[in-house]
Amino acid sequence: MTEFPPTASPATASPATASPAVMSGQEASLGLRESHTFDRATIAGIQRAAETGVYDIRGWGAKRRLPHFDDLLFLGASMSRYPLEGYRERCDTDVVLGDRNAKYPLRLAIPVTIAGMSFGALSAQAKEALGRGASEVGTSTTTGDGGMTPEERGQSKHLVYQYLPSRYGMNPTDLRKADAIEVVLGQGAKPGGGGMLLGQKISDRVAAMRTLPAGIDQRSACRHPDWTGPDDLAIKILELREITDWEKPIYVKVGASRTYYDVKLAVAAGADVVVVDGMQGGTAATQDVFIEHVGIPTLAAIPQAVQALAELGLHRKVQLVVSGGIRTGADVAKAMALGADAVAIGTAALIALGDNHPRHAAEYAKLGSAAGFYDDFQDGRDPAGISTQDPELAARLDPVEGGRRLANYLRVLTMEAQTIARACGKSHVRNLEPEDLVALTIEAAAMARVPLAGTSWIPGQGTGDHGRFG
Amino acid sequence: MAPLSEEARARRSHATYGYEAGARGRRGEAETPSGGEAEVLSEPATVLAPAGTAERTVTFDLGVTTVRALNSELHAPTATSYEVLRPQGAHAIAAGVHAPLTIDVRGHAGYYCAGMNDGGLITVQGNVGTGVAENMMSGVVRVRGDASQSAGATAHGGLLVIEGSASMRCGISMKGVDIVVGGDIGPMSAFMAQAGRLVVCGDAGDGLGDSIYEARIYVRGTVAGLGADCVEKDLRAEHRAELAELLTAAGIDPVGEYAPERFRRYGSARRLYHFAAGNSAAY
Repeated sequence: MTEFPPTASPATASPATASPAVMSGQEASLGLRESHTFDRATIAGIQRAAETGVYDIRGWGAKRRLPHFDDLLFLGASMSRYPLEGYRERCDTDVVLGDRNAKYPLRLAIPVTIAGMSFGALSAQAKEALGRGASEVGTSTTTGDGGMTPEERGQSKHLVYQYLPSRYGMNPTDLRKADAIEVVLGQGAKPGGGGMLLGQKISDRVAAMRTLPAGIDQRSACRHPDWTGPDDLAIKILELREITDWEKPIYVKVGASRTYYDVKLAVAAGADVVVVDGMQGGTAATQDVFIEHVGIPTLAAIPQAVQALAELGLHRKVQLVVSGGIRTGADVAKAMALGADAVAIGTAALIALGDNHPRHAAEYAKLGSAAGFYDDFQDGRDPAGISTQDPELAARLDPVEGGRRLANYLRVLTMEAQTIARACGKSHVRNLEPEDLVALTIEAAAMARVPLAGTSWIPGQGTGDHGRFG
Repeated sequence: MAPLSEEARARRSHATYGYEAGARGRRGEAETPSGGEAEVLSEPATVLAPAGTAERTVTFDLGVTTVRALNSELHAPTATSYEVLRPQGAHAIAAGVHAPLTIDVRGHAGYYCAGMNDGGLITVQGNVGTGVAENMMSGVVRVRGDASQSAGATAHGGLLVIEGSASMRCGISMKGVDIVVGGDIGPMSAFMAQAGRLVVCGDAGDGLGDSIYEARIYVRGTVAGLGADCVEKDLRAEHRAELAELLTAAGIDPVGEYAPERFRRYGSARRLYHFAAGNSAAY
């Protein structure tokens, strides 16, 4: 942790949504003391509930302070390890996803992919921009709960087609056009939850794609309609393979909760790739109480997933894609060092397109928000033109320019991850390993299963260098 | 708010049947494979046949060959008529068909038989497992026996006929398909049904049409209970007319015991179309 004095640790933090209770000097000098239990954000939440009689629905992911990649550091090479020249020597980044069963696995140039986000939640222009940006740097993008748009398919070299409980817009023609299929069981922002697209975002086009009347609040189911449990899922995956003639990789995506067991069951059901989305992963519209109180942090989920794969003898054979709070190349490198084969970004990709940009400050203020805080993706009035179906707002986002910005950002993430990998002496970012990492906090050490910096202590695993994954 | 045009939906549904009412005979009549030379295939490699294949029926014996070989052929068909012998409850039989093929499955099928069918005329001379004709786009799927759970789940179009009974979740999340069930359906059927018609000649289980959108349900027998926001509605002349059409398309004469007047209509009260705290007790 870099802050001093430290704010409350996660274990003792005041309610999840609350920002740390920091008082101004003026209030403190008057002898005023803000409650950690009932801080100002909590008080505002209670008052809002009393006024409206309905819970808060919002976008974004968990905002509470969580153990995260920031709590890990790399051990650069020195006497006992040879580094690679940071600006010159080769450090590869390519990744193959889904080569266990599929005739045509995905071959990506970089290990950073774009997570599933729906047309409906996002404008058609935003979806196109994601496709353009991803394609420019040789990575994949993903559809969402609302089907595949021609804009997205046309601009995405590698497109992963989500197979969701609602099956909105789901059809075999698009299935055959996809490069991979992602069976979605849940997402990190709301493991165990379905969806809700509020009426203000249901344009005629969105309504037609989902076979529902325009303007109504659309619920998305939380359970698949035609299978229950892992044994059924195995048959469902078989059907998807049959329909697509065993050509396409099948991913299974889970929200991080009982990750060790979920990954084992997903693999047993036949997944070629497992996607684990931590609780920092974003959503377009979910109850705040759900976002902040259900699921586990990305950091805690990765070692569980890797352990499950390793025990099955399938680590690196069934690929692991991790998402939820990836922001920098350091995050990419840390996720990969812990055992991920690739990562996916959602929120960060939208920010790269222009979400929460200070140039919209005046408009955010009109919506009762501010640049850096805007999370009303459910509302459809996004000044940046991303999480909206309003034609005028959506027209603000130029898909070509948006694609360029996303491609730039993806290049930076990749170069940053390479920089760290070279410093650790790795000629491929995939070669980063837990041994390259230490933790800054006991919580992070326990969750990530790497030693506390300067010690050989991995909480929960005794002391000593043996048995890190033992 | 503009509900889907019922006319548009009706036009689409009928246009995609590719099926003539009554052409496949009445319920209970034995179905015979279309005429012509039958050829039993044991090896996928021998599927290919010389030109002029339209006249013949290609036979796959799943006691000898694999579902993969069958589906591979159906996805790149060299004939228009197929017969599947000894299906032995295999899963995903005739899944992903996307051509107007006639396929006769001569026995029981497992899960997802005719899954995502788009244009095929597929008959199962037996029972089917979970998810028959799930996500069908067009065509006709006829089950001579009973169906397990989630029959016709999320299907967008075409006609699914189950001559026997269907288990739980029949027509769950249906998105435009027409389903006609000769017998009963289990609980939680037509859950979140969005569009299309579900006709039940027998009884319906509990929780019928829970959270239903614009689909229409017709039940001749008793309904154990209606789900949230599903209500009985008037059976007007246009509904009697569409019911007669659907029954006829399924091969049932809409007269006497099966006259449209014997059915009741159920649909959405549309009270839950907009999320509101006041509805919390309804869920």
